[in-house]
Order: sequence, then C-alpha cells, then structure tokens
Amino acid sequence: MASLLRSLILLLIVQSFLVAIAFGSNEVEEFSEALLLKPLPDRKVLAHFHFENRAPPSNSHGRHHHLFPKAISQLVQKFRVKEMELSFTQGRWNHEHWGGFDPLSSMNAKPVGVELWAVFDVPQSQVDTSWKNLTHALSGLFCASINFLESSTSYAAPTWGFGPNSNKLRYGSLPREAVCTENLTPWLKLLPCRDKDGISALMNRPSVYRGFYHSQRLHLSTVESGQEVLGSGIVLEQTLTVVLQPETTSVESNMQPSWSLSSLFGRKVVGRCVLTKSSNVYLQLEGLLGHELKNVDTEIEAHELWKNAEFELSLKPERVLRESSSFLFIFDIDKSSDSEPFDIGLTWKLPSKWSCQQAPLHASRFLMGSGNERGAIAILLKATESQEKLSGRDLTNGHCTIKANIFQIFPWYIKVYYHTLQIFVDQQQTTDSEVLKKINVSPSTDKVSSGMMEMMLELPCEVKSVAISIEYDKGFLHIDEYPPDANQGFDIPSALISFPNHHASLDFQEELSKSPLLSSFKENSLVRSYTEVLLVPLTTPDFSMPYNVITITCTIFALYFGSLLNVLRRRIGEEERFLKSQGKKTGGLKQLLSRITAKIRGRPIEEQSSSESPAAQSSVLSSKLIFKIILVAGAAAAWQYFSTDK
Amino acid sequence: MAEEQKKKLCRFWIWALSSVAFRLILISFPGNLNLSSRPEVSTPLTSIRRLAEGYWLKQASMSPYAGSMYHGSPLLLSVLGPLTVQRIKGQPSHLLCSLVFVIADILSAMLLRGIGQKLQMAYGLNARLLGFLKSSRDKVILPCGDIAALVYLWNPFTIVSCVGLSTSPIEDLAVILALFGAVTRRVPLAAFGLVIATHLSLYPATLTIPIIFLLGYGLDAPPIKLFLQTRSVENEETSTSTVSKQAKLKQTTHIPFLWKTVAHFLFWVLLWSLYVLVLCALSLNKYGGLEEMFKRTYGFILSIEDLSPNIGVFWYFFAEVFDFFRNFFLIVFHVNILFMLLPLAIRLKHRPCFLALIYLAISSILKSYPSVGDSALYLSLWALFVNELIDMKFSFFLFCGYLGISLLSPVMHNLWIWRGTGNANFYFGNAIGYACFQIVFVVESVSAMLNHDRALKRSNSNHREVKS
Repeated sequence: MASLLRSLILLLIVQSFLVAIAFGSNEVEEFSEALLLKPLPDRKVLAHFHFENRAPPSNSHGRHHHLFPKAISQLVQKFRVKEMELSFTQGRWNHEHWGGFDPLSSMNAKPVGVELWAVFDVPQSQVDTSWKNLTHALSGLFCASINFLESSTSYAAPTWGFGPNSNKLRYGSLPREAVCTENLTPWLKLLPCRDKDGISALMNRPSVYRGFYHSQRLHLSTVESGQEVLGSGIVLEQTLTVVLQPETTSVESNMQPSWSLSSLFGRKVVGRCVLTKSSNVYLQLEGLLGHELKNVDTEIEAHELWKNAEFELSLKPERVLRESSSFLFIFDIDKSSDSEPFDIGLTWKLPSKWSCQQAPLHASRFLMGSGNERGAIAILLKATESQEKLSGRDLTNGHCTIKANIFQIFPWYIKVYYHTLQIFVDQQQTTDSEVLKKINVSPSTDKVSSGMMEMMLELPCEVKSVAISIEYDKGFLHIDEYPPDANQGFDIPSALISFPNHHASLDFQEELSKSPLLSSFKENSLVRSYTEVLLVPLTTPDFSMPYNVITITCTIFALYFGSLLNVLRRRIGEEERFLKSQGKKTGGLKQLLSRITAKIRGRPIEEQSSSESPAAQSSVLSSKLIFKIILVAGAAAAWQYFSTDK
Repeated sequence: MAEEQKKKLCRFWIWALSSVAFRLILISFPGNLNLSSRPEVSTPLTSIRRLAEGYWLKQASMSPYAGSMYHGSPLLLSVLGPLTVQRIKGQPSHLLCSLVFVIADILSAMLLRGIGQKLQMAYGLNARLLGFLKSSRDKVILPCGDIAALVYLWNPFTIVSCVGLSTSPIEDLAVILALFGAVTRRVPLAAFGLVIATHLSLYPATLTIPIIFLLGYGLDAPPIKLFLQTRSVENEETSTSTVSKQAKLKQTTHIPFLWKTVAHFLFWVLLWSLYVLVLCALSLNKYGGLEEMFKRTYGFILSIEDLSPNIGVFWYFFAEVFDFFRNFFLIVFHVNILFMLLPLAIRLKHRPCFLALIYLAISSILKSYPSVGDSALYLSLWALFVNELIDMKFSFFLFCGYLGISLLSPVMHNLWIWRGTGNANFYFGNAIGYACFQIVFVVESVSAMLNHDRALKRSNSNHREVKS
C-alpha cells in the first residue's frame, strides 16, 4: 500500500514536472508589425506591410489562442499543413525598376491573381484530398474562388522546379481572379488589431487599390518543437506590398517626388497596436545614395544622415543601419499619439537617380503564331546589366555558369508538343543537352489533369539571351466547358523562373532576433521571377446551335440508314413479275387497284411500252427522292442557320 | 493485239512512275506544304506530330500514352518513331517518314493491281460461263486492276495523305493487304492484314465478314441462281432424263462453302492477334501495359474524346450535345455501323470484294475521326468494279460534290479558325455535305451493283428465250 502510494506520489511529481516543463517552454504568442517604405527609381514608392504572428508549440487541441487567429490554427491542424503560401495580386511587378535581386522582390513579386502552394504532412495518398479540402476552406475564409483549384486540371505537383523540394507539394494559381477589398477584409481580420490601430490603420482602401501593384500574401509554416508531446508551433506571416505613385507638385521631370505617409495613404499612424511586441517603420534608401554617402561613417554621422544636401526626412530616425549598398532608417512609432501622429515624409532636394539590383536574367514570355488552331509559347531570358556584379555563380567546371529553373503549368486545352522544345542561346539553336541539364515533364490529359514542365538550364555567364520555344495545339472544348465570356480567351498561368544558385539576402548586421522583418530579409531567399500571364483565345463553337446540330446530324444518319435499307430491300424484278402475274389472273379490277396504289405511292404506273427498263427508271426515282431529301435538308439547315444568326 | 497490250502496260508504268515522282517532288518541299496540320489529312489518330510526341515521351522513359497526345499503335511507334527524330542535313524534317509513306502507297497500288487482275479474270470467266462472252474479244473488259492502281496513285486524297504525313497510307496498306491475301487465297497473309488493320484503326474489323466470304465462296460472281438457270438450260439441251437433272441441280444449289479454309483463316487470325498483342505487351511492359493501350487507342476511338474539327460530323455533334445524352448518342452512332453489316452481307454475299468496299465506305462515313485517307481507300477500291458499276447513277454529280467539298473545306476552315470571320457552322456545313455525298455514293454503288445483277439476270433469261 505504502509502495503504491509512493509510486503514485512519484507519478504525480513527475507529471507536474512535465507540465512545468511544458509551460516553461510554452512561450507566449507573439505578434509584431512593421512597415517598410522604399522609394523606387521610377518615381514610385513601395510600401511593404509585414505582420508576423507566432503561436508556440502546444500540446492541447482546440486550445485558446490569445493573439493567433483560430481559423488558421484549425486549418493547420485539420489538414496537417506543413507550409503554405497564399497570395492575392493585382498588377505586375516591374523587375527592371523595382528590383529583382533582393528579398523583398523575390518573396513579394507574385503572379497576377491568386497563387497557392502548400506542403502537407500526410501520407502521399492523402495529399490530393487534403489539398482539395484546403482549397475549399481557404475559399470560404478569403471570399475568393480558390475552390476552383480543387479540380485536378488546375493544380500540379512540382518535384524540383518550384522552390521547396517535396513530393507532398501542390501548386496552383488562378490568373483570372480579380483581387479586391473583399479579399483584404478577411485577411485583416486575422490581425489582432484588424485595421483599427497600429500600422494597419494606414490601409485606406482607395489608396491601396489605386496603386500600380498590390500583393497580399499569407505565409504560414509549422515549426517542429522537437518534442512529441508538444506538437508544432505555427508562424503566420502576412504581408501586403503596394507600389504607389506619390502625387508630385514639382515641375522638374528628373526630380524624385517628395512624399509623406499622409500623402500616400491619406492617413497617419496614431500609436501602435497595443498587442504587438514590436512596431517599427523602416525607410530603405538604396543604390546611388549609398554610393554618394560612402565616405560618411554611419556610426558617427547617423544623426546627421537624415538631413543632407540631397534629401531630408521629416522625422529623426532612431537608428540608421547600412548594408553594402543601402541604408535603413528605423523609426519607432511608440512615441506618436493622438495629438502628434506619426507621419514620416521624404523630401528630395536634388535630382537623383539610382538603379535596383536585378536578377541575373530578365524573363518574359509571349505567344507566337496566329489563328486558333495552334501556336507556340516562347520564354525569353535576357541578361540584365547588373549581371557582372552578382555573386553566386557556379564555377564547378572551370567556367562560370548560371543555373535557371523554369517551372510552367499548361492547362489541358493547351496541348503542348514537348518534342518541339527548342532552345536558342544567343540566337543560335543548341542541341538540348548543351544547356538543358534536366527536364521533367508530366503531360496533360484531356479534361483530367494539367500539364507541367520543369527545366533546369545551365547557361554560360556571358550569355546575352536565351529563348525557349515550344509548340502547342489549341484544344476544342465542349460548350459547357467555356466560361461565360468565352471569346475573352483563356489564361495560361505564369511561368516561374528561379535561380537556384543565387540567393538574395540583406544583412543589416544588427538586431537579428528583434525584428521579424529584418530577420526574414537576412534569410537567404531564392531569387525568383514570374513571367506574364498569357491570354490564349480559343475557338468557340456556336453556342446557340445544340438543337440544330442534333437534328441535322440525326437527319443525315436517318437518310443513310433509310435509303441504304431501301435499296437493299427492293426487288424490282420480283415485284414486277408479281404484279404481272396478279394482273393476268384477275384482270381489270386488280390492275386498276394497283394503278391507284401506285399513284398514291407516287410512282408512275409501270407501263410495258416504256422504252426504258422499269428497274432503271425506279432507281432513278429513288435517287431523285434522295436528292430531294438532301435538298430539303440543306435548305432547312441554311434557313436555320441564317435565322439563328440574326 | 499483243503489241497493243504491251503499249497499255507501258503506259500504266509510265503513269505509275510519274505519280511516284510527283510524290517525291512534293515531299522535298520544306514544311510539307503545311499539309500535315490540315484537319482533313491528319486526325488525332493518324497525325505524325502526335506520333513524334509519343516517341519523345517514350524516349524520356514515360508511357507514350501519358497525356493525351498519342493514340496510335505501339508497334507503329517503334517503327516510325526513330524516323521522326532522324534528320538528314539540308533535307526537310520527316523526309524518312514521307519515304516510308510513299513506299506504302506504291505497295498498296501494286496489291490493288493484283486484286484487280484476279477480279478481271473472274469477271471474264463468269461472263463466259453465263454465255455472254464467247471470246474475250467479244466485249471489252476494262483492265480494272490497272485502273484501280492508277486511281489510287493519282487520287488527290491519297497524295495529300501521303505527303501530309498521316499514317493512313499504312492503314490503307494493311487493309489492301488483307483483301489481296483473301483474293489470292493466301490465308496467313489475309489474316495478317486484317489483324494489323484492326490493330491500327479498329474499324477494319468489319472486314472479317467479306474476307470469310471471299475465302469460303470465292471471288465476286453473279448470283448463283443465274448459273443454275444457265446450267439447267444446258442440261435441258444435253440430257432429257429428269433424274440426272435433279441430281445435278442438287449438287449445285448448295454453293460449296469451304469451311476448312475459313477455319484455317480464323486460326491464323487468332495466331496473328496473339502475336501482335504479345509484341505490344513487350513494348509497353514498362508502362501501363495492354490495358492502357486499349484504353488509349480503342477507348479513344469509341468515346470520341477529342473534339477538334475534322471532316466528319461527330466532333461538332459531341461538342454541342448535352452531357447526359452523350453516352446514348455514342452508342447509337457506333451501332449504326453494325446495324448495316448483316443486311449488306445477306444481299451481297456473292460479291465479297464489293461488300468489303461498302463496309469501308460506311465506316469512313461513321468513323469517329475520319480523314481523306479513308475516302482514298474506298474510292480506289471502287475503281476495281468499273466493269460492273459502269452505269452507276450520279457519278458526275458525286465527282463534282467531292471536288467542291475538297475545295470548300480548307476555305471554310480558314474562315473559321484563322480569320475568325466565319464560325464553326461553316465548317460543319461542309462536313455535313461531305457526309451526304458519301451516303449517296454508298447507296448508289449498292443499287448500281444490284441493278447490274438484275440486268445480268434479265439478259440471261432473254438469252435463254432466244436459245429455246
């Protein structure tokens, strides 16, 4: 008894100890917000809102969350999502002017419409079901037609062409999806302060949607705690990237426009969201500015940097950080209040010009050919100017090479002939094996699955341009498969070009753990660029014709069947003989009767005196009859056609 | 006389060789005059581009039937596939394939000539037996073999499908091979042709009936009744004893059906199909196997999945028809082919070659993916019966119809697909017209053949009356 009691006590102690450990490791949920502002070389301003919500690992299901949105945690638990990214984008990222080789662009330059990819933590056989359920859940959550990604004709399972290598990855995109405020509102609902307080209060809908580009992104990943009891934590990252055009008053065309938060968004920040751990505003200036200010020792001159001959900031930054080519001014919005709202502004004094770092190759995609029967898709990769500056080249074989992965989904109605793949390097056609290191193709099946192509190119560094062309036939669809506006055409989703040997990162050396935005910048991110969405017009049948087509075709077959059977059945000789013998036997009355029946039937009375043989005559008649029927059917078809056309 | 015959032969060879030269000139044009992408020439089943795609997929160690590009036979893939990849420098691509098709065309023409010579001999023999023809110089028998071969070689449809890189010349060759084997009583050859033709395009399976008739009853002949009548007249003349007459009649009322040959034929069919299946299984064992092959070839033919336009009427019908009626109409249209087999077989069993022609014409009307290659085949087979069908009705009208359709079809297609000024109904109307002309052709051919038999009978009875 005593031993039992002792063991029980021991058990209790151990248990409480375990619980203590669990609680000890159980960090609190963290939420942080940040806003990055960045003037762009083409007189625009980029604003990047970044919200990060961390739910630590926990062992209980359906537990209460303080800050973390319950909908998302339920989603993760139900469908066992390992990693997921959903983005809603309108507008196209301008790689030449807005940069293509920094973490900001490689993570936030997204294809038009909706893009969704997810990695699941389920057995291979259940991945597709999980994906389908996930699309439906997200569709409801974000008021978007993400559920169209459910059908196997619209998603693909990339193996290595898309970033993360996993066979449990599914990727799908909806280029046609119109993104608007009804998608933003549910997205904002996931934030603890919504858009009532803090940085998110800046999201004035008219000014956000007036921009040249806006992309709202939701990225979530589960963090394994390493302990089986605890399960896994979730990191939810929500970003909104907008590119806005500040209103300029200056007449000088080469002068960068001056702006402030209130002029961009029409609002000011009044205090931070009280639930956040950190709430910062960053202003990033890059390129030429850094070059001019190179001689300035930032550590000492930080307080003077914000007011110089070239530009002036309206507020004094907390700190200034510098990276190789850019400066980062950090502002804390804690100090702002109702009476003194936070409103950072940038005023240019001198005309200035700078350029952004660009990806090694600039990708664009276009269609070739005319007509609605066939065509070709071409992807053109052009070397950018900044290529020389880039590191990350592969020097394994003694000569410098750039690796580029191309990932492309083809809807089934684009019937691609993969054997027509041609690669032109500097306008010279090359045999496949020279530059094409790896190719993975899964051809599309009509009405069942979409096609996918992954290619790995290894190009010499001094390459000027690479063109890839592939031919296709356009499919013909059943009338029910056309969308309401069939003549608008069909979209081919963007191709993704990524450079596996190039990684973009911005290392500001300081405060690694403090700001999630900066730490996410510091991580090496794969340099990616999406190409344009292509619009392919497909031939349409006449949508008003089903009944006509059915009746006309059936008439044709009735004609075939009837006339052929008639020819086979008829035995003219015998009929004639029969009639003759009948006539001989019964004389006038029967003959009269037969004459009458012949008349009724529409046949001329077979007279013995006629020079033509009766067999031939009646066959002529039947042919005439057929001809008449064809004529009538043709006239009816023509009449139908013209009357429906009107 | 011999000199004249020699001259005729010489002329035949000149024409045949010039057609081959014409083909060679056409295939040396770069881009094949874009004929290979014409919907009239290449269907999803016969297109060489799809074959090349299937070969590429196979080379990339994927099933050639992955995706929905290739729907042909795996054997054709291993024969023609390597040729699609090989290029001779300075020559248009696919030159080797074109050469294969030209050779197939020549072979077909030669086999047709062989069939025609046999049929011509049979025609002469029958006419002599019936007493119309006392000597071969009495009435001119047209050399139908030469005519058919030249019709085949110079038919624009054949030329277009040969130059346009569709695999239909090979399908046609297989069909003609089957008929040739049956006509010359080479049973294994007939079985081989039939099995290969069926394997390639399914529809020639209907030819089993005419080939069995050919092997069982022999070549095309007037109805057996006529012979009986003639013989009875002769019998009356020679012997007056009723007993012997009856005995003789008893002998001849039953047409000798050679069961042994037919059983032999069926055995060979079984053997060859096993052989073909084993070969297919071997070439596909790394992928989906035979099940996938049947699903992707015959399944594709029967379920009409591809709705791209062709000269048939099904593509538009199934693009427009309501989904819940789809299966019903699929069954109805396929059964339409089968429905006519029996009546035709009963009525035309004494003319198995002609029966084969009619079956081919019908399946070319009701095919899921018809092309002009099918028309080329039955039109040249039709030329084998010039002696019998010489007074066919509407031949000029039909000729104009075929000509008009083949001229209008590219125009309508261009208006709809390329210019966008017309719509699908234009091209569909054309297809409807083509179907009508083909129907008239079939009906008229059958009725002309039946009329020919009637005329024989009549003249035979007249002959008898004159004699008595």
